[in-house]
Amino acid sequence: MPPRTLQIFKTGLWDDNPVFRQILGICSTLAVTNRLVNTAVMCIGLVYTMILSSVTVSVLRNVTPRRIRMMVEVLIIAAYVIVLKLFLEAFLPDISRELGAYVGLIITNCIVMGRCEAFAGQNRPWPSLWDAFGCSVGYSFVLLFIAFFRELLGFGTFFGVPVLTGDWTFWTIMVMPPGAFFMLAIAVWLARSVAPAKAEEKGKAK
Amino acid sequence: MMLAAIEAGTPDVSPFVIIFAACITENMVLTNFLGMCPFLNVSRELKSSSGLGLAVIFVLTFTCLLNALVYKYVLVPLEVEYLRFIVFIVVIAAFVQFVEMVIERVSPLLYMALGIFLPLITVNCAILGASLFMTIRNYTVTQSVTYGLGSGLGWTMAIIAMAGIRQKLIDSRIPKPLQGPGITLIVAGIMSLAFIGFSGMLNIR
Repeated sequence: MPPRTLQIFKTGLWDDNPVFRQILGICSTLAVTNRLVNTAVMCIGLVYTMILSSVTVSVLRNVTPRRIRMMVEVLIIAAYVIVLKLFLEAFLPDISRELGAYVGLIITNCIVMGRCEAFAGQNRPWPSLWDAFGCSVGYSFVLLFIAFFRELLGFGTFFGVPVLTGDWTFWTIMVMPPGAFFMLAIAVWLARSVAPAKAEEKGKAK
Repeated sequence: MMLAAIEAGTPDVSPFVIIFAACITENMVLTNFLGMCPFLNVSRELKSSSGLGLAVIFVLTFTCLLNALVYKYVLVPLEVEYLRFIVFIVVIAAFVQFVEMVIERVSPLLYMALGIFLPLITVNCAILGASLFMTIRNYTVTQSVTYGLGSGLGWTMAIIAMAGIRQKLIDSRIPKPLQGPGITLIVAGIMSLAFIGFSGMLNIR
């Protein structure tokens, strides 16, 4: 990997991490962080959608009229998400049912759009691929971190395997919506304490 | 035949119950996490929050109506339900664009108030989310509209409450890493705890 692509990857993964730094795109995925399996499937789906749509947007960047570029980007993303949804329905029907509407909501996930708009629209396919990969992996590991604690404390399990047994009292609040907000707040707090942001709040308000 | 099958699976809930439930017990932001990005980013000021909230109520109600009609009378008879993601997002984008044009012509004053928020709304997860939930739960057209209205009201209530709280927090001494999004998320968590108190009162799933 040449140094430039490595740098792009690292920027997406940590320096400009979509979750800590830009607080974008947490909508559709926080809801599924109460079980690690669901989160993992959702994250893989997101990595797939982001890479393919970024590359497609980048390939088409010179033939897309500027006025309708947002619409074209949304349609590209939606097409990949439909493929993902059909794949999950066919091969992982149980998880697909649990994720419900949230797979479809990857379309309006702000990071996918955000990266297409901010990076893939101006760059060649290869750097776009690494940018999308870095951002989506950076996003995924935060969500997996959140899901790990929510599942462990809420259900006492790790990927469905009971870990905390005996007289452990399950923290039911962790698997309910407030748990997700508190865990994300803690994750943001930790990340910003470890590495204070250089330029605050540069994420676009969406 | 297809339609009859769909009608059979419809939950038997009064539209008024749906408005209340979508607003309080199934609040879009606080229990379904939809529309989080504007909820966190726009809630700095009361004025812009209420502007965005009004735009969301309006767009959510009408896109739910349009999408319910399109789903029931076009996609289901043609048996292409899997295309709903693309169709819904196109309907939403087209509707938002249309409203923007109409408002610009008819009322420049309203355009000044709502105009800047309209383009943001196309990518608001809450709008697409409401349309997807209504198809998953097999709502009738009337139920879908009231669901859209209730969700919009609930979303607006949440963002206005959040903006009010954040204005009070301006002078508070908050640890540096928690400033901005961190403290907002904690406040959202506490608000969500309060809303959980209502759960179990009504069930619309």
